[in-house]
Amino acid sequence: MIKRREIGKAGLGRSAIMVVISFIYFFPVLWIILTAFKSHTDALAIPPKFLFTPTLNNFVAVFSRAYQSGGEAIDTKFDLFFFNSIFIAGTSVLIALIIGTLAAYAFSRWPLKGNDTYMFIILTTRMLPPIIVIIPIFLMFRVTGLAGSYVGIILLYTAFNLPFTIWMMKSFFDELPTEVEDAARMDGSSETKLFFKICLPQVKAGIAATAVFGIILTWNEYLFALLLTGIDTRTVPVAMASTIGGDIGVRWGLLAAIETLFLIPVVLVTFLLQNQLLRGVTFGTIKR
Amino acid sequence: MADIELRNLTKRYGALTAVDSVDLDVEAGEVMCLLGPSGCGKTTTLRMIGGLEWANEGDIFISGKRVNNLKPAQRNIAMVFQFYALYPSLTVADNLAFPLHAENVDKAEIDRRVQRIAKILELDHALGRIPGRLSEGEKQRVAVGRAIIRNPQCFLFDEPLSRLDIALRQEMRGQIKMLLSDLNKASVIVTHDQIEALTIGDRIAVMNDGLIEQVATPHDIFASPANIFVAGFIGTPQMNLIAGRNVKPNSGDEGGVELQLCQQDVILPVELAASYNANITVGVRPRSFDLASESAVDTISGMIDLIEPMGAETLLHLTTEDEELRVVTDHRVAPPLGAQIHVRPRPGQIHLFDERGMRIQI
Repeated sequence: MIKRREIGKAGLGRSAIMVVISFIYFFPVLWIILTAFKSHTDALAIPPKFLFTPTLNNFVAVFSRAYQSGGEAIDTKFDLFFFNSIFIAGTSVLIALIIGTLAAYAFSRWPLKGNDTYMFIILTTRMLPPIIVIIPIFLMFRVTGLAGSYVGIILLYTAFNLPFTIWMMKSFFDELPTEVEDAARMDGSSETKLFFKICLPQVKAGIAATAVFGIILTWNEYLFALLLTGIDTRTVPVAMASTIGGDIGVRWGLLAAIETLFLIPVVLVTFLLQNQLLRGVTFGTIKR
Repeated sequence: MADIELRNLTKRYGALTAVDSVDLDVEAGEVMCLLGPSGCGKTTTLRMIGGLEWANEGDIFISGKRVNNLKPAQRNIAMVFQFYALYPSLTVADNLAFPLHAENVDKAEIDRRVQRIAKILELDHALGRIPGRLSEGEKQRVAVGRAIIRNPQCFLFDEPLSRLDIALRQEMRGQIKMLLSDLNKASVIVTHDQIEALTIGDRIAVMNDGLIEQVATPHDIFASPANIFVAGFIGTPQMNLIAGRNVKPNSGDEGGVELQLCQQDVILPVELAASYNANITVGVRPRSFDLASESAVDTISGMIDLIEPMGAETLLHLTTEDEELRVVTDHRVAPPLGAQIHVRPRPGQIHLFDERGMRIQI
């Protein structure tokens, strides 16, 4: 007799396979997290140690102003760098969302003559590998004095996020039935009220999904941050890279601790928005 | 003066004329149904009245005032949309109250009116819910409630019942009809469902290809269709439209007019002044035939090649030389498949159309 699986239940065998695959995928991250809790000797041990006495020294070292290395005091400034990353990513994604959502709504509801061409032009800004435009941008930043400032890097990231935001949000607005807006117009709603009270609440999931993608993109950006941020506006990825080197070699434990901390905000944001995110990426796949 | 007047209303999309010089009057307290097949321009006409589409030509008057250049909200009309168009993020109560905010009605009055509408439409239990948590019938009622809460000059309905199942549709049809007669306002209902139009409408405007083919009461539309399109469109099963020709001069002593129908010479009991040898289309509804026991001068003969039982009645498909005829009989007297039968068009229920497809008054 063939035993049928209950729908929605994976069964033991399949679950086991999933666990193994997940473990393989997650292994690098797990390795980093483990290393963050190891002492310097444990971190360098060969063969690698899986059983060790965990220590929080690495995490303390990330934020302590004076990191002891052979008696010499080094200012890590990582609290500033974390603040920079959060501030720069948050602000640029927020600005991109505000401008992008409004633009997307306009593109969706009041198409211009040659609307598709405009949409294509917007997309072309994302077609080049960023490194191609880095020299002109660097020069522009030098001339305008934006280099090294918060305003500069936030502007740049906003510009990076905008095309993606406009395209994402336009597709969400396109999915909304225009009938509802017609109804609101008949009911005497102003266009502003219509947008904020009727349309925007319907694309919440889309905004969440767009925000998460934007944050991840900006959070992990390295190249432009390296060239265009100053010592006070440096973001974590750049600062992380600069901890490599020095007289005692790579401090793996410290690096892993920074990476672990660096993971937390993105994981947190994704986790908090996961319901919206799921709805967001599957939006429109089911006919109303 | 009519509450809604359309004069020479025309809407073009590029080369396509969606609505072609439509003239229509809707009186206060009257329910006008715009009926027609998909793409005939009925919804476009409605949206132009509502101000959601601009007219290319012509005028729209509401209560005698030209409203062509007014925004939807300034026209003092309410509209119920096909997909209800409820505001998904607002509760039922907020949905109902939404039109009132624009009119700066005070809070206590809003609450009072929402309660009253909820009571009329039996929505008390659902006021706190969002539209996603309502049944189709409830959504429909909220959509209607949102339209009537404001006390507008006239009402527009776009296929209001098309999303409901049959039982619910019949129930809502009755409710809407009662509601509209209470409100005593001019209403325009767009529908492609002729039963809906015939039951709800005080008058029906049948549209085809952007043109109004006929405006008349449901009875007149059914009893004397103005042309072949209306004749074929209204009534189920569809009217038989048989191409014929009066082959002999009308001498007047046969008790009717002799026509060649389906390669048979048939004398129809009608007076016809049409000239000799004219092409005439004869329209006979499937229920307007009587079965004859034998062939006669006033019967058409054919063979049954399909039988469709419809409950109390049976629909027979007859094959003749030229055309397929649909005949409805009582199920108890339905002849068997393959039988050769003779049917007699009932006097007084025969429609004649001339070469241009227009009705010939008999």
